[in-house]
Amino acid sequence: MFDLDRWREILQTINKNKLRTLLAGFTVTLGILIFTILFGMGNGLKNTFYEAFQDDAQNTIFIYPGFAKKPFKGFKENRRIEFENEDLDFLKEKFEGRIQHITARIRKGVTAKYKNEYGNYTVRAVHPSHQYIEQTDIEKGRYVNENDIKTDARIAVIGRLVEKDLFGNEDALGEYFNIEGIIYRVVGVFSDKGSGDREERTIYTPVSTTQLIYKNTEKIDQINLMYDINIGANGARKLSKEIEKELKKKHNVAPSDQNGIYVRNQIEDLEETLNVANVLQIIVLWIGIGTLFAGVIGISNIMVYIVKERTKELGIRKALGAKPSSVIGMILQETIVVTLLFGYIGLLIGNLILNSMGNKLEDWFITNPNVSQGTIIGATIILVLSGLIAGYIPARRAAKVKPIVALRDE
Amino acid sequence: MIQINELHKSYRMGSNELHVLKGINLDIKEGEFVSIMGSSGSGKSTLLNIIGMLDVAERGEYILDNVPIENLSEKKAAIYRNKFLGFIFQSFNLINYKNAAENVALPLYYQGISRKIRKEKSLYYLEKVGLADWAHHLPSELSGGQKQRVAIARALASEPKVLLADEPTGALDTKTSYEVMDFLQGINDEGKTILVVTHEPDIADMTKRIVQLKDGVIEKDTFVEQVRASEHV
Ligand SMILES: Nc1ncnc2c1ncn2[C@@H]1O[C@H](COP(=O)(O)OP(=O)(O)OP(=O)(O)O)[C@@H](O)[C@H]1O
Ligand SMILES: [Mg+2]
Repeated sequence: MFDLDRWREILQTINKNKLRTLLAGFTVTLGILIFTILFGMGNGLKNTFYEAFQDDAQNTIFIYPGFAKKPFKGFKENRRIEFENEDLDFLKEKFEGRIQHITARIRKGVTAKYKNEYGNYTVRAVHPSHQYIEQTDIEKGRYVNENDIKTDARIAVIGRLVEKDLFGNEDALGEYFNIEGIIYRVVGVFSDKGSGDREERTIYTPVSTTQLIYKNTEKIDQINLMYDINIGANGARKLSKEIEKELKKKHNVAPSDQNGIYVRNQIEDLEETLNVANVLQIIVLWIGIGTLFAGVIGISNIMVYIVKERTKELGIRKALGAKPSSVIGMILQETIVVTLLFGYIGLLIGNLILNSMGNKLEDWFITNPNVSQGTIIGATIILVLSGLIAGYIPARRAAKVKPIVALRDE
Repeated sequence: MIQINELHKSYRMGSNELHVLKGINLDIKEGEFVSIMGSSGSGKSTLLNIIGMLDVAERGEYILDNVPIENLSEKKAAIYRNKFLGFIFQSFNLINYKNAAENVALPLYYQGISRKIRKEKSLYYLEKVGLADWAHHLPSELSGGQKQRVAIARALASEPKVLLADEPTGALDTKTSYEVMDFLQGINDEGKTILVVTHEPDIADMTKRIVQLKDGVIEKDTFVEQVRASEHV
């Protein structure tokens, strides 16, 4: 492999027989080209799928209190359970390693007014983390931040349709408006395309502000959290169970009580998404392997033909003292070099085509620069392996060439 | 140099068996210049190919430079060919995409000799056959006689003990044939053992010993007074 003379010998053969090499390489270029484009489009498809079906993050757990139906430890039945800020802090601390984001949620139906316009909307008082869990897209301005929570700021992030209803053609950003008699400043406008109009008629406020204004309580309606997706579906199930158990204990709810505390997760949805994504990936992979295989068979066939055409030359080399191993090595290495060279060309053209297919595809395709580096290394390994497989049969044929047969004068 | 005892060879073609060599006995000393003659199909090439380790005998003994040649693996045969033998063919058998110097250097490549020395040696032998100026020409740019001289240079480059030539002048006109024989005689004068297959009597007369093959055996084996090719050029 690292014999410099062998390399010279091969480069000369390739160089002096350009048409032949081109012919052999063409199948590889074509194979890799199709592979690259399919792979790129497959990736695009997968991303489209994620975008279309995965509006909200699916690695989430929603927790909310209900009524304890069973008496427990001296507590009476039909008792209302309520969450407070400290429940959120408790979960945050207890499951620190597995929780990525956690937020409280308080829900209020309100009437909001701006100048002469007014309408009925839902206020959600939340922590900044809520943005990641709901996957809210900020169109302008910003979301609720930590400082808002600390200072009980009277700010609001309003839905696109709230802006449209109340502000008409005006820009709501920085404007003051009225929710149930209290003046709030608009710091952001969001959109949430996947969730429908209802979602875009929501107003977000800092959780602390709402708690202060409404009777200065510590109460919260619901806790939403996002866990590390790497714990997988089973890890998520386990986490849900543990949360339920801990909260029941804390609030003196019988472990068997179905109604005291609700812990809802979307594991089934998540599993479905992961499954569909996997199926897509597998389909793309198989198509890729198929085209690659076709390319390998193509070059292998042409190399067999080339070996046949070079029978005389191989016979001469053998008569002059070429060992079978040397002939095998030569053909194998030649195949690998041609495969690699023309494979890269196919990769390059494939990428150029994908890039020229429009911005969207480009965005999907180059999502992570680390991936493309890995792809090149991966492609090199795959190409070398392909060359090795493709070269095997022709090299064996070459080794079997008998000098007397090859050199017999016709 | 070459000892052959009771050598047999037959070819099987379907159910037919063609017995080509039926007990050849031949003893060739170092420095001899032998021509093998016989009618077409008498087995001249077959014998030369066995001596050249390109083919194997069926029965009998073959000793080359005191090494018994039997049951060779392909690898061993390649090494022996490379070390002991130089080949010259009727149709030259140069590699068409390599220039003269590269063709001459090829057996040296298979000897594992460094590039620099390969270059030096190939030029040295091309000069010896009078083709130094043609070193960088492709075979397609050379005349038949020149091609055969390149082939001779290539056969000499590996410094073999024996030179084997199967009808080296078969594709050449009389004048160039004699030029080629002149070279071979010069090489033989320097002490190299040479075997030439030919069916041209005038070429055979330019060697020192004529072996006549007929019906698979040696019919006649005579030492002759060598005719110098230079007198006819
Ligand atoms: N590989 C083979 N398979 C079958 N028969 C063969 C094979 N090689 C040679 N023969 C036969 O063996 C016989 C001797 O062939 P060989 O080539 O040795 O003859 P030759 O004396 O060199 O003839 P020519 O002067 O025509 O070159 C011929 O009849 C030929 O047909
Ligand atoms: Mg013959």
